[in-house]
Amino acid sequence: MEDVYIIGAGIHPFGRTDGRSGRDQGVYAVRQAMADAGIDWTDVGCAYGGSAAAGSADIMVNELGLTGLPFINVANGCATGGSALASARNAIAAGEFDVALAVGFDKHPRGAFNAKPREYGLPEWYGQTGMMLTTQFFALKIQRYMQLHGISRETLGRVAEKAFRNGVHADHAWRRSPVDLETILNSPMVNDPLTKYMFCAPAEGAVALILASGKKVRELGADAVRIASVAVRTRPPGSFEVFAPSVDIDNGGKPTILASKAAFEQAGIGPEDISVAQLQDTESGAEIMHMAENGFCKDGDQEQWLREGRTEVTGKLPVNTDGGCLACGEPIGASGLRQVYENTVQLRGRGGGRQVPGSPKTAYSHVYGAPGLSGVCILER
Amino acid sequence: MTQLLQPIAENLWTNEAEPALLGGRLPNGKIVFPYPSGDAAEGVEPYRLSRKGTLWSWTRQDFQPKEPFEGPEPFQPYLLGYVELPGEVIVETRIVDCVLEDLKLGMPMEFVVAPFDATRATYAFRPEKA
Repeated sequence: MEDVYIIGAGIHPFGRTDGRSGRDQGVYAVRQAMADAGIDWTDVGCAYGGSAAAGSADIMVNELGLTGLPFINVANGCATGGSALASARNAIAAGEFDVALAVGFDKHPRGAFNAKPREYGLPEWYGQTGMMLTTQFFALKIQRYMQLHGISRETLGRVAEKAFRNGVHADHAWRRSPVDLETILNSPMVNDPLTKYMFCAPAEGAVALILASGKKVRELGADAVRIASVAVRTRPPGSFEVFAPSVDIDNGGKPTILASKAAFEQAGIGPEDISVAQLQDTESGAEIMHMAENGFCKDGDQEQWLREGRTEVTGKLPVNTDGGCLACGEPIGASGLRQVYENTVQLRGRGGGRQVPGSPKTAYSHVYGAPGLSGVCILER
Repeated sequence: MTQLLQPIAENLWTNEAEPALLGGRLPNGKIVFPYPSGDAAEGVEPYRLSRKGTLWSWTRQDFQPKEPFEGPEPFQPYLLGYVELPGEVIVETRIVDCVLEDLKLGMPMEFVVAPFDATRATYAFRPEKA
């Protein structure tokens, strides 16, 4: 396969932007990404994009220009961005186009997501009785994990504390003030053991990435990072996932483990070779469990890692350098691409106050979502 | 009292003196819950699940969910979790007759039909009475 590169990255600030639709935030991000890449809309050969709650992406051609390009709408829940990225990469790798766009955007109402049972093929009573909440799943998964692997509530708090500290230095982050450990641990409980400050909130925002072939990179002299691998995987049998009225007694694999292995294999490197990682942190527990599921540490080692600050920007493996979902919020369609955006920023050395020292060479991103799917992308400089 | 309440859905649990959850046995022997509907039910035998199991995980719902939640007003926090029915399946369930602090990984739990609101009942598990 042809090597594929990211040559432009654009982002509309995450959080709340009253008066600007989700799709308009997407257009904003696309324009920024094109300016960053030094290209025009007429240079874009094909586009993939979508949102979970802010409409179709292809209508953007009204604003961006009626160039006749194929624009594929992607509707893949939390993996919308990851799937758009994988598709755009494949279009270039196949040699059909030299420049492709991957874009994700969203705009959610305030408060927790309220999923409809029918849309997930589940009976109505599951929602009526109050068991179909994403926040519960995360609490139930980390509760069991903490008992089995000796993770403390303080460690949950440290993850959130780090996120808000990193968010201070990210222009696109929503929460940009530090919050101390005491406040995090003593904030109102949402679903035991997770408090308010340990959860990210549904939000708004958009990210656009311009991908290009090696030929185009040379032609433009672009500031490019190479996509070493992209892998999206759905759940295997016996995994424990969000929105599950029952779970198989035979503990199976996990979509994250599958996606991670596939991505490392494609890239021909291992977890020990990664300089910086963005891991799905819908809440503090998710970051902790995803450290292990992605192969960066053993189950239970997170207690020591967090205590020693190994996942800080200056640590051995910086994790969620822009504050992740906890500081940025979660516009579903854009969230996975934000991680790749942040990795692009880090590999280009443009991270400012949150820049990982020592010119990082490899960057890893991981998104997870309902009903049990994961997307991993590895970038190399 | 719970006898007077309508089940929140049909065929969730068996209609007998000592009711139990109604699951299904797939052609490959796997046990699932709830019993599937539509085409997914093809080849699935109804299976009466065990009334006893062990606590697999738990949490407390501390904020009022949006719709489709239909719990009574004013909102009261409630417990829920997963109970492993040995050799069968791990089911998600309301947890009743206890407080958060009582719950421990692996503790014995038993099935019960519990009031959901003024007119309806749902299924739940509670710590097994010694």
